[in-house]
Amino acid sequence: MIKHFTRFLLGTTIATGLVLSPAHAQDMRIALVVKALGIGFFEAAAKGAEEAAAELGGVEIIYTGPTDTTAEGQIEVINSLIAQKVDAIAVSANDQDALVPALKKAMDRGITVISWDSGVAPEGRQMHLNPSSNPLIGNMIIKMAADNLPDGGKVAVLSASATATNQNIWIEEMNKVVGNYPGIEVVATVYGDDLSDKSYREAQGLMSSHPDLKAIIAPTSVGIVAAAQAVSDAGKAGEINVTGLGLPSEMAAHVDSGASRSFAIWNPIDLGYAATMIAYNLAKGEASAEPGGAIGMGRLGSVTLDENREGAMADPFVYDASNINDFKDIF
Amino acid sequence: MKSLALSRDALLGYALAAIVFVVYLRFPAFASPASLLGVFNDTSILLILALGQMMVILTRCIDLSMASNLALVGMASAMVNASAPGIPIPLLILMAILAGAALGSINGLLVWKLDIPPIVVTLGTLTIFRGIIFLISDGQWVNAHEMSDTFKSLPRSFFLGLSLLSWCAIAVIGIVALIINLTATGRAFYAVGGNPNAAVYTGIDVGRTRFKAFVLAGALAGLAGYLWVSRYAVAYVDVAGGFELDVVAACVIGGISIAGGMGTVTGAVLGALFLGVIKNALPVVDISPFWQQAISGSAIIIAVTLNARTERRPGRIILKQAEKL
Repeated sequence: MIKHFTRFLLGTTIATGLVLSPAHAQDMRIALVVKALGIGFFEAAAKGAEEAAAELGGVEIIYTGPTDTTAEGQIEVINSLIAQKVDAIAVSANDQDALVPALKKAMDRGITVISWDSGVAPEGRQMHLNPSSNPLIGNMIIKMAADNLPDGGKVAVLSASATATNQNIWIEEMNKVVGNYPGIEVVATVYGDDLSDKSYREAQGLMSSHPDLKAIIAPTSVGIVAAAQAVSDAGKAGEINVTGLGLPSEMAAHVDSGASRSFAIWNPIDLGYAATMIAYNLAKGEASAEPGGAIGMGRLGSVTLDENREGAMADPFVYDASNINDFKDIF
Repeated sequence: MKSLALSRDALLGYALAAIVFVVYLRFPAFASPASLLGVFNDTSILLILALGQMMVILTRCIDLSMASNLALVGMASAMVNASAPGIPIPLLILMAILAGAALGSINGLLVWKLDIPPIVVTLGTLTIFRGIIFLISDGQWVNAHEMSDTFKSLPRSFFLGLSLLSWCAIAVIGIVALIINLTATGRAFYAVGGNPNAAVYTGIDVGRTRFKAFVLAGALAGLAGYLWVSRYAVAYVDVAGGFELDVVAACVIGGISIAGGMGTVTGAVLGALFLGVIKNALPVVDISPFWQQAISGSAIIIAVTLNARTERRPGRIILKQAEKL
């Protein structure tokens, strides 16, 4: 009986294989639509998407986007993808609202649509993947300072302008979790207004008003570069650690000089990988995009969606002397 | 004739000393010689630009494009250095000065030949120069690791206890003092600004004189462009955004009359140092950033008020008899 059943199964498998193989020759096609071609950050994301495709098998990645960062260019690209009948579109949008009609049309034709990195309004996509979340970022910036200060010490924050929304939220989230890092004391928050000269002066001011300062946390790319420069010009590289959020290309020299031990930003490779995994799972019907639902992201675990069907991928990725050279030419 | 001890420049000098003293009470380390040299060093770029702006304002014009000129030349020098690190730095600085002068000459030509009001011309070039930075850089940054070490070393090298950046400022102070006090062109700046009509009758070409002032200001902005980018070791589109207002403020505080024809090198230097001291003092006195802006603004208004009072000349009485009636 069992033997017959096995044979039967085998037979059906072969038969199915025979019948379906011509249809399956057509791989699942996932389009990664970026803000513009030729930007290092997105080239890296495409690398991650290819990695996901290789892992999944039977997936073809179409990496595409306009030549300049315009919503019109992206709409043209999306329309042509609809005509090609791709299975899924994962887009980093140049405009939150302008892409909605084109993407709605895609969803009407049964194409899976998600946005990542830079989002689309909820009615224009099934879900949105944020690179990280405010609480994760707030925690990461203080954690990087604390990790290099086993005995604790004074740290200060150099932000953008006093009214910058993102930075204020991150600093607020950071202050909520400072208590988890014993011995770490946040002594000041100053504002460099995202101007090199003002940030530089504020960093100098921090060093002179707090001679025993151990770290400067700058969650802004202009600020972190200026602070690192001010610290190395003051001859305090290695003594004061500058950390926060920055891009590898902008920080490479300061990691070399020792002014910054580590800093964080999203990893574009992971972002492209996760977007592809999510698009695959949604297009396959293995997960559905609904508030509270979880969607698998391969090696990165899974993402849980909030009421706007948005989710955060992971902690910001930490860059230090060990990996900066691999990334400094990418973005 | 007012005595030297009560001249406007001296009053500004006292005010400067008073501010340093107030900050000293709150944060003693600020008044240490090393810290004050640091303030001078930090103010060097503003000082260079203020001296350029002064020459333009003396001729009854204004150059709002100086910060954009600085940023464009800074970005261009950084890009040249990144792609051809072999070019010697003195040559690169010369190229920066010439490029700045060329940009300044655009302002000068428009003011001279087309007779467009300088504020309109330079508002236009302000945005045009910024736009060009975006075009040549494609919005990308030139980062510290792409610049050669010699490119970045100039502001950080020391000679006789002062950084070369400070020495550049000192050299510019000397050169500008020579130009406006001892050359015919320099004296013509005062004549053109003081009374353009009278200047024509003395044989001065008003347009050409203004053109020269714009070229000199542009050259100084070009020099400052290299210095800025090498000091902060980064070049991007928004470098020195809004800095033109600091430059004009430094001149106004220093008693350079916006109406032209009045002002001294000492005044411009003190005006720039006044702003520099405030900018460097505010971070160490621990005041909320919103108050900081208000304090900088008030300092400017107070300085200008004092300025206006000393500048006011008693009205001339033409008809003695009419007055009696």
